[in-house]
Amino acid sequence: MEPEEIYVEEARELLAELETVFLELEKNPNDRELIARAFRALHTIKGSGAMFGFDDIAAFTHEMETVYDLVRNKKITITDKLISLSLMSLDIIRQLLEGEKAKENKTADHDTVLSEFRNIAAGKPMEQRKSTEKESALDPSSEHMVTYRIHFRPNRKLFTTGANPVLLLNELRSLGICTIVANTRLIPMLNDLGPELCYIYWDIILTTKAGYNAIRDVFIFVEDSSEINIEVIDEEGRFIDETGYKKIGEILIARGDISREALEKVLSSQKRIGEMLIDAGMLQPESLQSALLEQEHIRQVMEKRQKTETVSSIRVASGKLDLLVNLVGELVTVQARLSQTASSLNHSGLILISEEVERLTNELRDNAMGIRMIPIGSSFSQFQRLVRDLARDQKKEIIMTTEGEETELDKTVIERLHDPLVHIIRNSIDHGIEPPEIRKAAGKPVQGKIHLSALHSGASVLISIKDDGKGLDPEVIRAKAVEKEIIQPDAKLSEKDIYSLIFTPGFSTAETVTSISGRGVGMDVVKRTIDSLRGSIETESQKGMGTTVTLKLPLTLAIIDGLLVKMAGDFFVMPLSAVEECVELTKEDTAKAHGRHIANVRGEIIPYLRLREQFLIQSDRPEIEQIVITGVNGHRVGIVVDQVVGEHQTVIKSLGRYYKDVELVSGATILGDGTLALILDLAKLTEKVEREEQEAA
Amino acid sequence: MNQELITEVNQYLTFKLGEEVFALDIRKVREVLEYTTITKVPQTPAFMRGVINLRGGVVPVVDMRLKIGMKKTESTVNTCIIISEITIDDESTIVGALADSVQEVIELEPAQIEPAPRMGTRLKTEFIKGMGKRDGEFIIILDIDRVFSFEEIHSLHGESQHMAPEKEFYSEHIAV
Repeated sequence: MEPEEIYVEEARELLAELETVFLELEKNPNDRELIARAFRALHTIKGSGAMFGFDDIAAFTHEMETVYDLVRNKKITITDKLISLSLMSLDIIRQLLEGEKAKENKTADHDTVLSEFRNIAAGKPMEQRKSTEKESALDPSSEHMVTYRIHFRPNRKLFTTGANPVLLLNELRSLGICTIVANTRLIPMLNDLGPELCYIYWDIILTTKAGYNAIRDVFIFVEDSSEINIEVIDEEGRFIDETGYKKIGEILIARGDISREALEKVLSSQKRIGEMLIDAGMLQPESLQSALLEQEHIRQVMEKRQKTETVSSIRVASGKLDLLVNLVGELVTVQARLSQTASSLNHSGLILISEEVERLTNELRDNAMGIRMIPIGSSFSQFQRLVRDLARDQKKEIIMTTEGEETELDKTVIERLHDPLVHIIRNSIDHGIEPPEIRKAAGKPVQGKIHLSALHSGASVLISIKDDGKGLDPEVIRAKAVEKEIIQPDAKLSEKDIYSLIFTPGFSTAETVTSISGRGVGMDVVKRTIDSLRGSIETESQKGMGTTVTLKLPLTLAIIDGLLVKMAGDFFVMPLSAVEECVELTKEDTAKAHGRHIANVRGEIIPYLRLREQFLIQSDRPEIEQIVITGVNGHRVGIVVDQVVGEHQTVIKSLGRYYKDVELVSGATILGDGTLALILDLAKLTEKVEREEQEAA
Repeated sequence: MNQELITEVNQYLTFKLGEEVFALDIRKVREVLEYTTITKVPQTPAFMRGVINLRGGVVPVVDMRLKIGMKKTESTVNTCIIISEITIDDESTIVGALADSVQEVIELEPAQIEPAPRMGTRLKTEFIKGMGKRDGEFIIILDIDRVFSFEEIHSLHGESQHMAPEKEFYSEHIAV
């Protein structure tokens, strides 16, 4: 990637973060941590912007940064106006990022927002602004983690001054990672012990971001009477590396002066340095203990630092990932062939190898898929802004809560999910949640709620959007659907079916059309997108209580577990996630059912359809057929096939543009022998048969 | 229609459908495969023979004979699939064309090529790029992009759903 591209990418992420931060700040205007985050992000956008030639962005962000610097230094406070302004400016920066186009028709907002920021900043006298800059340079609380060794030997009469060393130590602990050693060496024998005297002294190793002065402040009341030494022993960013140079023994080995065995022999006869010193009476065991703890503490801090450094991420062009996934897909196919060949040759050695390859391939597949997975949280946070803006426009009070942000989904799925979620949320705000007066009259809290949640469920992810608005009215929807000739007046529909009507094209029940919803486009876009992602939608609603729309999506788009079935020489794959069980269907059973396509499975009546009839496959049916019972859209439907072959790792291949109108097949996959099998779209298949039977009846 | 005149010497791959010889611009041809198992996609017109696996990719195969109104191609030892790279809406796509046999690669000078006659070929004029003359024989040079154009495939998609199904797909299943 070009550096500019990386910058644009990074800036987009930072803008997204800023958006979250500003929205949080609106709720907690005094959160120092949030203010610092905002400032840092702005600073990065400005700094790298200037570096990569995005001068207009740098100039613009500079004004924002100035204001947030003042906020950071408590010179001005955050107001609603400032937040609105800040959010607006994020949009402007986004436009600037788009590049040349935006430069031409620079929005009027650009200059207004800029001058607003200048006004806010100018609200403070110039000298003060200068001084804040200086202050920030000398700010003692550094960004770095620094490790101090603190020696605290209180005056014997400490207790008489009313000071409690435990409280002091606890205060130190709250500053950072802290190791405390109490030295009890000076405690005398019981005879000589003054019960009101303090004999103990402490060695403390503290790793903290708080500065020297903050530590000094802890001891402020005992400072004069006690012995306090604070030294810096390790600092992040400073090059301290004990292993930086080899130990003397290793150098000697490297130079060939001694052999390793010789060195080890000498070393084993040697005692550790601490033990030698104690033996020589030059060192108290407590002091050794304290020194060892210091060593341990530093080691842990360094390890932790190293860890955070290595767990950093790298940026990869998504094209490379796609290629990787494709290759893994092909590998899975080849592996299936290998397994098949190995088992048909019945060569035990080969089978062993193929099993090993299978294990590795599966692991590789999961990992490759995992790389593409990103948490859905970033997508959720974009909606905070949407909800806020829409609620303000419509004078409604709405808060959005989220849950399960860490749920991971394929990147492509998350990207494609954005528009449907926008439509559903807009719909909730426009038609679901009532204006405050009406909510009050209905005895509901004035503030409406939208809850966005995501969770894993088997091979799917469930995303639900729940509001506590007025809910859907089945009667109204039905009447509307009849009026728009979407359904017949006498159609028999369950409540669920009626709700799903809102996703049909050309359907809209809102009396007033707002700028964004109510035009009847939108919800059908939701349905189409979710369908294309091989997902499903379920709507639940309770009049007056609210509506929940649940989207069920597959974890990944590229590889699924499938059930391979066979029909007159042709192979088909069904998504295993939809398959519940397989039962036999004999000619006798069919005869007993008197021509009805109904099977009796352990007392439950299950309708079935014959794939042969749907696909017009000629040739005789076998004596015993198999019913694959599937759960589609909450109904159990049997699909009759000739033979169930077994599980199949299905790498999904698109059929391409020529076949994009084919309804019943969602793709193809390559079988072990190199031929293709079609992947069935069970939902569409069931829908089609239902429709045809309704029409016939 | 807007036929660009063929002005340079080009190489063409010739192939037979029945007794007639057709040609394709060699630059459009990727490779020629032997006949292999084609997986039929349900509910598609008969000339869309199905899909094949081409080194891990799914490639649709069109029966050229059905497409131009001849009988369905029967597979023989000579039957082959011409894999061509065509451009639809500025996007290139891979399509396989089923032919009775592939002949040879020939060179035709512009002087040997005449514009398509407006009638008499039993083909849509827009499918034909030109008529090549060689050893007193006519070779129909196909405009493969047009033959496989999206609208072309899709207009037939629509039709086939209203037409009675092809005999071979018409099973006499009776509700049991």
